[in-house]
Amino acid sequence: MSDLYQLKRTPFHERTSALCLPQNWRRWAGHIAVGSYDLTLEREYWAIRNHAALIDVSPLMKYRIEGPDAMRLLDKLTPRNIAKLAIGQVYYTGWCDDEGKLLDDGTITRLAEQAYRLTSAEPSLRWLHMNAVGMDVRITEHTDQVAALSLQGPKSRQVLNRVCDSPVDGIRFFRMAENTIAGRAVTISRTGYTGDLGYEIWLDAADALPVWDALIAGGNDYGITPCGILAMDIARVEAGLFMLDVDYTAATHAWIEAQKSSPYEMGLGWAMALDKPGFFVGRSALEREAAEGPRWKMVGVEVDWESLEQAFGAVGLPPQIPSMTVRASLPAFRHGKQVGYASSSTWSPVLKKYIALVHLERPHYEAGTRIELEVTVQHQRCRASATVVNLPFYDPEWKRA
Amino acid sequence: MSSSSRYDAIIIGGGHNGLIAAAYLARAGKKTLVLERREIVGGAAVTEEIFPGYRFTEFSYVVSLLRPEIIRDLELPKHGLKILPLPSTVTPLQEGDYLASWEDHDLTRRELYRHSPRDAEAADEYSRVMARAAKAIKPIISLVPPDPASLSWRDLRGLLKLGQYGASLSPTEICRIAKLLTQSAADLLDEWFEFDPLKGTKSASGIIGTFLGPRSPGTAYVLLHHYMGEIDGAFRAWGFAKNGTGGVSAAIASSARALGVEIKTSAPVSKVIVKGGRATGVALENGDEFHASVVMSAADPKRTFLQFVERQQLPGDLVTAVESFRVRGSSGKVNIALSELPDFTCLPGEGPIHRGAISISPSIDYIERAYDQAKYGQVSSEPYIDMVIPSMIDRDMAPPGHHVMSCFVQYAPYDREGGWDDAAREAFGETVVSTIERYAPNIRRAIVGKQVITPKDIERIAGITGGNIFHGELLLHQLFFLRPAPQWADFRTPVKGYYFGASGAHPGGGVMGAAGKLAAQEILKDWK
Repeated sequence: MSDLYQLKRTPFHERTSALCLPQNWRRWAGHIAVGSYDLTLEREYWAIRNHAALIDVSPLMKYRIEGPDAMRLLDKLTPRNIAKLAIGQVYYTGWCDDEGKLLDDGTITRLAEQAYRLTSAEPSLRWLHMNAVGMDVRITEHTDQVAALSLQGPKSRQVLNRVCDSPVDGIRFFRMAENTIAGRAVTISRTGYTGDLGYEIWLDAADALPVWDALIAGGNDYGITPCGILAMDIARVEAGLFMLDVDYTAATHAWIEAQKSSPYEMGLGWAMALDKPGFFVGRSALEREAAEGPRWKMVGVEVDWESLEQAFGAVGLPPQIPSMTVRASLPAFRHGKQVGYASSSTWSPVLKKYIALVHLERPHYEAGTRIELEVTVQHQRCRASATVVNLPFYDPEWKRA
Repeated sequence: MSSSSRYDAIIIGGGHNGLIAAAYLARAGKKTLVLERREIVGGAAVTEEIFPGYRFTEFSYVVSLLRPEIIRDLELPKHGLKILPLPSTVTPLQEGDYLASWEDHDLTRRELYRHSPRDAEAADEYSRVMARAAKAIKPIISLVPPDPASLSWRDLRGLLKLGQYGASLSPTEICRIAKLLTQSAADLLDEWFEFDPLKGTKSASGIIGTFLGPRSPGTAYVLLHHYMGEIDGAFRAWGFAKNGTGGVSAAIASSARALGVEIKTSAPVSKVIVKGGRATGVALENGDEFHASVVMSAADPKRTFLQFVERQQLPGDLVTAVESFRVRGSSGKVNIALSELPDFTCLPGEGPIHRGAISISPSIDYIERAYDQAKYGQVSSEPYIDMVIPSMIDRDMAPPGHHVMSCFVQYAPYDREGGWDDAAREAFGETVVSTIERYAPNIRRAIVGKQVITPKDIERIAGITGGNIFHGELLLHQLFFLRPAPQWADFRTPVKGYYFGASGAHPGGGVMGAAGKLAAQEILKDWK
């Protein structure tokens, strides 16, 4: 009974809790999740960029959508052309309300002819059911039944090749395949939230511990490292990947219109299949926006290091760099006028740059635009010069290779 | 006492609204007198030691909507006001299971998910939609209601403001509000949820203080009322006051006295003295007179318009409107002194269940059936009960190791068939104890003392005609510019210098204090 007074634990809890020595726990979709396994993030971050980081991503909301109308439902719900999604392929997508404002984002995996898996950050069952009225489709939430691990880093393929029954070399970017680890059936998709080479492993929650153990044992030679969500939070900013409730607000959560975001504003124009036939939720609003161009856009911004040095140097300090991703809103200026705000900013250990995901109003969002970002220097608000750049900040060639 | 006492303003009734109005008037420099019938102030917001060592929040028992500006303006924290959190609601079920709503969103979701994954998700959206609707409707509540039939500049300005505000709402919001104002709680909840105990528990807040069932139209609005506190964000208006609701009254009285208000208790008013169509003072039942250029009644609408002044001094339509104002008391209280905590079969032992509300509301049918009996003059044989254990939230409420439990019970009709006598009161208490016993079998042996309050007792002790906890039901036809009567919703009366500011006035009750404050503001406007 007392269990019900606590947040949920993931299927890997027995392993992760034994390793989480600093007791750095975070909250993720009603679960406790490891923030970091060390007191600092360095080792875990570099595992993502240099070895293979093993991240428990089980709290992701997961839905199984199956039946003759499964494709129709997803095609109606999302702006992507689901008819083109092949069996074994994964789409990343956002989805909108009728006004074309984002509700959530996640991946859709086609598991079989008439079966899909949808992941989301927020509960979506009600939205799915409402849109499935009159369709021959079965929707099951199986967040708790399906455990998920993210194995990210340049060595992740080698780790999987060692522990899986069949090699994973054939799995292309955003594809998935069935496999076996430690005698347990798993699905492996070449996806992730780090912008590196990486895979996500989906398995029955009951098989969580043997699969974890097999990965740790088999991955040891490749530097496999359990990694918390804080190191991943740095990697995802480098990869230009945004996060619900941090970089945008779901339209259903917004109190006012200004809090809502469209997919175009979030840089998801590439995922808008406006040429697909038929109705989908938000279509007319999105068509209008596509024609007019978005009013806002989330872009990458690199802060000039010299400018930071100057600002801090003026009071006799070296630049003070936060050790994890900052989720506070920082005003962005151009020609002395506020033109937007940063929603996530972080020091990039691999790029040696201070980078931010910044929302800028038209016409200030073109790459190359010089702006200023607010920094606090010894309790004083200052502005550091910065440049708008294309996302992602970091895009290693092995990500898609 | 001689008849020469002169004040700037006299307030009839020392309940929280009367005290608040007095404090605001004194703050504006007016010499103000409060006359209270009983020997203590507080009205229906009192804490009394009925059994030695056990302090009962006799009538109102939680503080929902006490306005933050009143707390700030009157410096109530300096005068001892503390609103302690009342974080959860647990609905025990017959099968030994329960439904809980905890303070933490994720835990509540996890709990709901256990019963219905769909409801768990819908609940998130429902509370956001309701909070947004509450946000949209709140500015309306904060305004002095304009009278659409009047052509005075003040009313027109108010209407214009309301119109401008209405135009700023999106069509979706307007439709949602229109629906919320007309729907039944049951219809609204059926649109969102499937799990019966969830619907029952949520619907209960739609019927509190009304003589309606969850299937009666208009009850959805009362649900919305409960989201008003939530949109103040971190302010967290829902809670239990230190020392009970009597603690709220004591803090306001202390603040009022510090501002120079004079409070006389055991001073029942018999009538307002009217000379040449103007109120000039009041007369007590013992014949004493007090004089002032302004008199405000913080009593219920019936007493205010039909008892304190002669009917001949009022327009006939107003008399008719007040006569037909619905004040049907539908609820009672059973306050219990306990030697041990009730031990709930569904969650045995002491735990978080005891720190929040415990609701006997297993389904909408259960409550509607309870209402069916009340419609025809009977006490519900299986009533809706909202229990709170104040001694778990504020240890000063009971002796160490012992507890007090406040049970709000609906339905107990004011017009009980056969009337209310000691035997009927006893039977009512027994119905409540045996209902609780089904969920907490140790309750009977834990009872040290029991105070049963019927609607007649609310009328007799707190002086509220009809015994309705809101001085008049929160029905749509009794709200805004219709509360308490058409054209007289601006805290004024046809008698010059005679005002009305209590729960039966706009915007209604719930230990909110808004009516008292708004009335004082109107009085001060007229003074200029």
